Amino acid sequence: MKKSVYSLCGMCAVRCPLRAEVEGDEVTWLEGNPHILGGALCAKGSAGIARYRDDERPHGPLIREGERGEGRWRQVSWDEAITYVTDKLKAIQKKYGKESVMVTSRGGPFQNQYKTFCHAIGSPNYTNHDCTCGRNTHHASKSLYGLGRKGLAYDYKNARHLVLFGRNILTSLKVAEASAVVEMLRRGGKITAVDVRVTPTSGKANRFFLVRPGTDYALALGMVNEMLKQKAYDQKFIKKYVKDFSKLQSFVKPYTAAWAAKECGVDAATIKAFVTDIKQDMPRVIFHPGWNLARYKDSFYVSRMLHIMNILMGNIEVEGGQFFPKSPADCGKKGLRNVDCPKPDIERADGCGSTYPHLDKGPGLEHLLLPPMKTGKPYPIKALISNRHDLMASLPDKEQLLDYLNHCELLVSMDALWGEFTWYCDVVLPESTFLERSNQLVTQKGLKPRFAIRQQAVSPRYDTKPSWEIYKMLADKMGVGEYFPYETIEDYWNWQLEPTGYSIEDFQEKGFVELTDEPVWYDRDKLDGKFKTPSGKIEIISKMLEDAGIESLKPYEPPQAPEKGTFRLVYGRPAWLAHNQSTNNPILSQLTPGNRNNIWINREVAESLGIRNGDWVEVKSAGEYGGPLQAFVTEYIHPEAVYTDHGFGKEVPVQSRAYNKGVSDAKLMTGLLDVWDRAGGAVALCESFVTLSPCEPPADA
Amino acid sequence: MSKYIVTHDVNSCIGCRACEVHCKEKNDSPPGANYCKIITVGPYERQGIPRFDFVYMSCFHCEKPWCVDACPTGAMQRREKDGIVFVDQGSCVGCKACIAACPWGVPQWNADTGKVSKCDLCKDRIDEGLRPACVSKCVTGCLEFTTPSEASESRRQHFAEQMLRVQG
Ligand code: SF4
Ligand code: SF4
Ligand code: SF4
Repeated sequence: MKKSVYSLCGMCAVRCPLRAEVEGDEVTWLEGNPHILGGALCAKGSAGIARYRDDERPHGPLIREGERGEGRWRQVSWDEAITYVTDKLKAIQKKYGKESVMVTSRGGPFQNQYKTFCHAIGSPNYTNHDCTCGRNTHHASKSLYGLGRKGLAYDYKNARHLVLFGRNILTSLKVAEASAVVEMLRRGGKITAVDVRVTPTSGKANRFFLVRPGTDYALALGMVNEMLKQKAYDQKFIKKYVKDFSKLQSFVKPYTAAWAAKECGVDAATIKAFVTDIKQDMPRVIFHPGWNLARYKDSFYVSRMLHIMNILMGNIEVEGGQFFPKSPADCGKKGLRNVDCPKPDIERADGCGSTYPHLDKGPGLEHLLLPPMKTGKPYPIKALISNRHDLMASLPDKEQLLDYLNHCELLVSMDALWGEFTWYCDVVLPESTFLERSNQLVTQKGLKPRFAIRQQAVSPRYDTKPSWEIYKMLADKMGVGEYFPYETIEDYWNWQLEPTGYSIEDFQEKGFVELTDEPVWYDRDKLDGKFKTPSGKIEIISKMLEDAGIESLKPYEPPQAPEKGTFRLVYGRPAWLAHNQSTNNPILSQLTPGNRNNIWINREVAESLGIRNGDWVEVKSAGEYGGPLQAFVTEYIHPEAVYTDHGFGKEVPVQSRAYNKGVSDAKLMTGLLDVWDRAGGAVALCESFVTLSPCEPPADA
Repeated sequence: MSKYIVTHDVNSCIGCRACEVHCKEKNDSPPGANYCKIITVGPYERQGIPRFDFVYMSCFHCEKPWCVDACPTGAMQRREKDGIVFVDQGSCVGCKACIAACPWGVPQWNADTGKVSKCDLCKDRIDEGLRPACVSKCVTGCLEFTTPSEASESRRQHFAEQMLRVQG
């Protein structure tokens, strides 16, 4: 008998809704939730079945036997593993203080569990991977609207013009978003793409600006200057909602289109024509403010300027523009209850919210919690618990990272897969894969907000558990079990649903509960109170930033030019990989030739180095790390840059498909763990330089 | 040509290769074998802008299939009721004659079993009134499972509308 199980994908951070067909105890078919996605699913999502069937993952709780990273483990019972971890935590807290424990994750809708645990045991130091991802965009949004990164969303389908600065929206894809953008194109909408190389997204653009790496801010300033000149902005909207518009006018005066052209390489006439064009399309113009914008030293200001261009378009709360994602309260409904524990009254070790008052103390900044492991300042961090987050793959410069982690007395990994962090840690508490586990219910805000469910489709193949259960066990042993008031997932769901009036049966038919029949829009003329800045207006000059001694409008500084013979390393990903969590997948590992990344090199540069398309080149960092990659030679990458896919070069011997295949971009980023943006908080992952030289192919190629 | 055809709207395809994975997952095709495949063309320059194009390649389920004619054992066959061309794994001896005979090299080699396998339009799904895996889960809906006459009809319609838009 076939049965349908509705759930949420877990193959990347998007968590698209899906439907699984289950026969016996096997998933035989997986597709996008037909009620939301019409069945559509991306390559990674489809390979979710291969993930749970894969045996190259931890089979049960493990305690390290040999040295860290040696790969000698003792398989133990859950009780032994949990006791081991909690005994260690207690001893460390006794010696160094309760705040010496750090919990990290990849973020997402379940992170309140991890945070609750961290706070409940007395540490404020909960963090996530966002310093390598969305922090700049988040803080830029906060500085203008008083709202976080997700405080506004985008109605792509109805847009007339979508402007993408480096956002490869059709490849680093979310299923609903990518299909909405394609629908926009079908309806005659246009894309302007800005990037240092051509991508499948710019391949569909009406305009493509190949810019010099690190000059996005110059181009954005030139555009704003020209928008003001051509009066391509919504004067009424600005008058009503925007504070300090005149400061913007005087600030951008020197940054003409002609000036920008010299910096970024896009000619002035093209910038002007672009502005004339979007003026016709206002307000249905969307400037994407950046997704993974942990890129350059000034990426925060790039994001700020992109947000400002949206504001100039007056595209807020309009069809084809931005909208406020609505919550249950906007539909007259009560929200889900979630586990929570107030933050202990101790300053964070990363200084977020204190030394850096403008940086959110919610997740703080992961990279700033590492030095205290070594320096003991402001106080020592000595234990680290990581949830499905491979620090070695996401943070730059593994050597430096290890220098910090080696001062930690306990490293715990809770992950369904192997990764370099998991391989290196002291205790592995293996999570079940997403098809083998349920999770807490989540709220998905939007024009039509809903509650959604991830439900277990099959029994765990190995001795693994869902995170809600692992945290419950840890909390019980730490004496803080009352923060996790459930025994089973059904208890948990019922407890969450209690205030809402819904029951779990309401999720069975479609996998979600819709809180409204019609999309909810606010009255665009009555947005007062929606912007959560100190002034209640959109702040061009941000009080939050100025109070912290940080400029709201930063004068442009040109990027460092690569020294002769070196190239700026930029990274991205293909549509079938969600970084290192996909490269060992039984199916996804077949999609890239040899399961190795390649390196994009500009044609003229390659010719001058005697490198032909398909040749092997040694790519070397400024430190010790490097390795051979095959060259992809093209004129469509800027000569100062080389590009590679993220997530390769993994060094976990039990991952036979990915072991030592390709080169890790993160490990090539020598020194970047300390290069971060004081204004936006993120590290700057495109600020490293590599050298290239022809070499022999690797022995197994 | 079988009763059916899979059409591909190149303009809406984003080259995400989800269709390949949907196919692999559904049919458990061996490593290196792709019953359907997205061929990437580019980047190249068209009208001053660098382009990527993505072309969906699968089996054409020919009316007079070269592969069937070439097969000495009758393993490669054409389903009477709808013309779907498929391999009966039991009778395939792995001689690879079909791979050589097909003008597009469509039949795929399985090194593990020493046999050939290929796209059968997910005939088990079709028999249940469903669409092939690649089509039904394509990210952008640019693949369509249809019949040749419907495909021709909608193509003409589309062309006419486009022409009027250009003139209009
Ligand atoms: S984008 Fe793909 S991998 Fe990510 S959640 Fe959606 S279907 Fe899954
Ligand atoms: S394998 Fe080739 S010859 Fe045979 S039906 Fe398909 S396309 Fe035609
Ligand atoms: S799934 Fe659809 S959009 Fe993606 S490559 Fe295949 S045909 Fe193109």
